[in-house]
Amino acid sequence: MNSKLPQSVLLKVGMGTCGIAAGARAIYDKLEEQVKNFQNIEIDYTSCNGFCHLEPLIETIIKGKTLLLANLSAEQIPFLLENLTNKKLLSSKVLVIEKDKKLKGQNRIVLENCGIINPDKLNDYLEKDGYVALKKVLNNISPEEVIENIKKSGLRGRGGAGFSTGIKWDLARKAQSEQKYVICNADEGDPGAFMDRAVMEGDPHRVIEGLIICGYAIGASKGYIYCRAEYPLAIMRLRKAIIDAKESNLLGENVLNSGFGFEIIIKEGAGAFVCGEETALIASVEGQRGMPRIKPPFPATKGLWEKPTNINNVETLANIPWIIRKGADSFSALGTEKSPGTKVFSLAGKIKNAGLIEIEMGVSLRDIIYGIGGGSSTNKEVKAVQLGGPSGGCIPAEMFDTLVDYESLMSTGAIVGSGGMVAVDEDTCMVDLAKYFLQFIQSESCGKCTFCRIGTKRMLEILTRMTEGKSNMEELNKLRALAQNIGVASLCALGKTAPNPVMTTLRYFESEYLEHINEKKCSTGVCKALVIYTIDEQKCIGCTKCAKNCPVDTISGSLKKPHYIHQEKCIKCGNCEKVCPVGAVSKL
Amino acid sequence: MSDNARNIDQIIAMCGREEAAAIPILQAIQHDYGFISKEQMKEVCSKTDIKENRLFGIATFYSQFKLTPSGENLIRICKGTACHVRGADNLIDVISEELGIGIGETTADNKFTLETVACLGCCSLAPAIMINNEVYGKLTADKLRGILNEF
Ligand SMILES: Cc1cc2nc3c(=O)[nH]c(=O)nc-3n(C[C@H](O)[C@H](O)[C@H](O)COP(=O)(O)O)c2cc1C
Ligand code: FES
Repeated sequence: MNSKLPQSVLLKVGMGTCGIAAGARAIYDKLEEQVKNFQNIEIDYTSCNGFCHLEPLIETIIKGKTLLLANLSAEQIPFLLENLTNKKLLSSKVLVIEKDKKLKGQNRIVLENCGIINPDKLNDYLEKDGYVALKKVLNNISPEEVIENIKKSGLRGRGGAGFSTGIKWDLARKAQSEQKYVICNADEGDPGAFMDRAVMEGDPHRVIEGLIICGYAIGASKGYIYCRAEYPLAIMRLRKAIIDAKESNLLGENVLNSGFGFEIIIKEGAGAFVCGEETALIASVEGQRGMPRIKPPFPATKGLWEKPTNINNVETLANIPWIIRKGADSFSALGTEKSPGTKVFSLAGKIKNAGLIEIEMGVSLRDIIYGIGGGSSTNKEVKAVQLGGPSGGCIPAEMFDTLVDYESLMSTGAIVGSGGMVAVDEDTCMVDLAKYFLQFIQSESCGKCTFCRIGTKRMLEILTRMTEGKSNMEELNKLRALAQNIGVASLCALGKTAPNPVMTTLRYFESEYLEHINEKKCSTGVCKALVIYTIDEQKCIGCTKCAKNCPVDTISGSLKKPHYIHQEKCIKCGNCEKVCPVGAVSKL
Repeated sequence: MSDNARNIDQIIAMCGREEAAAIPILQAIQHDYGFISKEQMKEVCSKTDIKENRLFGIATFYSQFKLTPSGENLIRICKGTACHVRGADNLIDVISEELGIGIGETTADNKFTLETVACLGCCSLAPAIMINNEVYGKLTADKLRGILNEF
C-alpha cells in the first residue's frame, strides 16, 4: 500500500488515435490492473494534448505542478506507481516533463481542454464552463447580436479560405426560408494535417456547442457533422457526446427550455478528398457523387437541398463558445489586426516535437519550427516547411522569418491552409515532393474540369520524367505554362490551387529541378531511377552477398574478389547496399 | 462478412428509401459484408427510389466502396505527406516482400489486402498504417514485420 500520498492523485492517459497508436491502451490496462494495490491513486483517460512525440503519456498534477510522464512503456507502470511523489526517483527511470515548459510559445483557446478532460464525460466539459456560452446566448442574446459579436471578433474561417465567419453567418441569417441548415466540415482531407481530428476526439462537446450556437444565429434547426470515415474514434466520441447532450436537453426539440429546437446528424464521408469542398460536400450529404458546382449561388442562399446553408470548419466552430464567453474584444486582442485569434497547426515530418500546437497569429515560422518544434528530428537541417497540403506551398528555411498570418503567408505563394505543417530536411527531394502532391491531386480530382483532370496528369507525367532523368528544359517551360492555365481554368479550388506545390518549389528550389533535368542527378538520393549504385573495389571483400541478393543478377565477381555492378540491368532496389557487411556499396 | 451482417431489407429499414440514403446504405453493406456485389446493388434499387445507374455511379466515385471482396485483414498504408517524407514507400516494399502482394492486391490465402489511404491523421507518428480499425505508428521495417506476424 502506498501511504505516502497525502491527497489523491489522478493519472490521465492520453488516448487519442495518436496515443493509442503509440501504445496507450497497454499503459491504461496495466494501470487498471495495478492501481488496486494503491490508495489515493485514480486513473482516467483523456485525448491528445498535442505532445504526440511524447506518447504514450500520462498527464497528472503532483504538488500543484502539472507533469507529463512521457514515452512510457507498460513495464514502467509498477515502478511509476510506487514512486509517484518522489520526482527525483521517478525521473531516474521515467521521462518527467513540466507541462508549462512545453507550452511555451503557445496560447490555447481551441485546445484549452484537449488532453485535460475526459472527452466522453459531459461533466468534465461542463466543469470547464462548457455550454455556458450556449446558455448565455439562449437566455439573453438575439441571433443578430450573436452575429454582430462574431463579426466584431474578426474570426476568419479556419478551413483554408479565411473568409469572415460573421459575414457568412449574416448572409445565411438574411436568406429567407422556413428551413435552413448548418454543417460542420470535418472532412479534414489535407494529408499531413490532424487538427480537427484532435479537437473532435479531445473536446467533442465544444464542436457541438459551436454548431448549436451557429444554428441559433442563422435560424437553422438541423445541423450535420460531415466527418471523414478514416476517423472512427472521432465519430464514436461525437456520437456519444450527441447522445449525452440530448439527455441533458442541450440538444433536442426545446434546447434548455428556450423554445429553440436543434438536432445534429453525423454523416460519414466515404473517402474522397474533394468532398471537403463545400458544394461537393453538400452533394455528398444529399447522396450524390461529390462533385463541386459553380458558385454563386453560394450555400448561404442555396445549399443543402437548395436551402440556405452555413458551412464551417471544425476549428472555426470550436472558437465560437470561447468568443461568446470571453467577449469579441478578448479574441480580437489576440493575433494580428487582420488575422485575429489563434490557429492550431499540426507539426509533422522531419521535426523533433511533432504534434499539435496552437499559436497566436503573427508568430514567425522560425519560432514555430525551432522554438516550439525543436528543429529537425534528423541529423540534417530543416530545408523547408510545407503548409496547406496539396493547395499550399513550400517555404524555404531562408524565409522562416515570415509571419504566420493569412496575408504574409499568401505573399510567399503558400497559404495558412487548414493548418498542416510538414517540415522537410535536406534528405527530401523537392521535385519528388511536387510530384507527390500532383499524384495526390490526380487521384482525387473529381474529373469534372478538363484542366484539372488532364492538365494535372500532363504535369505529373513531366515531373515523373524529371525524376527519371528523361526530361528537358522545354518541358520545364511547359510545366510552368500548364501550372498557370490550370490555375485559371478550373472550377473549384482543388484545381485552382493544384499547381501551388509545383510553383513554390520551382520558385524556391529551381536548382533542384535543373539538377534533375541537366545533370540527370538527384543529390538527395530519393529519385531512385537517378541513383547509381557502385562497389568500392578497395573495400569489397568478395563475400558474394550482394550478388546473391540481387534480384536481377546484375552483380558479377567471384569469391574473395571485388564485385562489380552492371548498370544496364540495375533496378536500383538498394538490396546490395543493405546486405553489404563492410559498407562497400554506395549511392552516387 | 461480419457475424451479424444485416440483410438488405434491414439496412434499408435503417437508412431509408430516398436518394439521400444511397451512401449510408452502401456504407452499411460495405461494413457488414466487406464489399458490395452487383446483386446487392440491384436488390437495393428494386426496393428503394434509387436508380441503378446512380447507385453504381456513387459506388465507383468514393474510394471507400469496394466492388470486389477484400482479404480478412485490410492493411492501409498511409500515403500522406508526413508519411511520404518519412519513408512510407519503404513500408510498401516491406509488405510486398513479406506478403508478396502489391497495392490493391490480396494474398492467395485471403488473409491480407493491401491498400493506401490519403492520411490517417496520425502524422506525428509517421510513418503510420492502419490494419482494420487500428492505427500503428512510428513504424520501421522490423516493427512492421513484427506486427504482420501477430496476424
Ligand atoms: C478540394 C478542397 C478541399 C477542402 N477540404 C476541406 C476540409 O477538409 N475541411 C474544411 O473545413 N474545409 C475544406 N475546404 C474548404 C471548404 O470548401 C470551405 O471553405 C470551408 O469548409 C468553410 O469553412 P470555414 O469558413 O469555417 O473555413 C476544402 C476546399 C477545397 C477546394
Ligand atoms: S501523413 Fe500519414 S498519418 Fe498523416
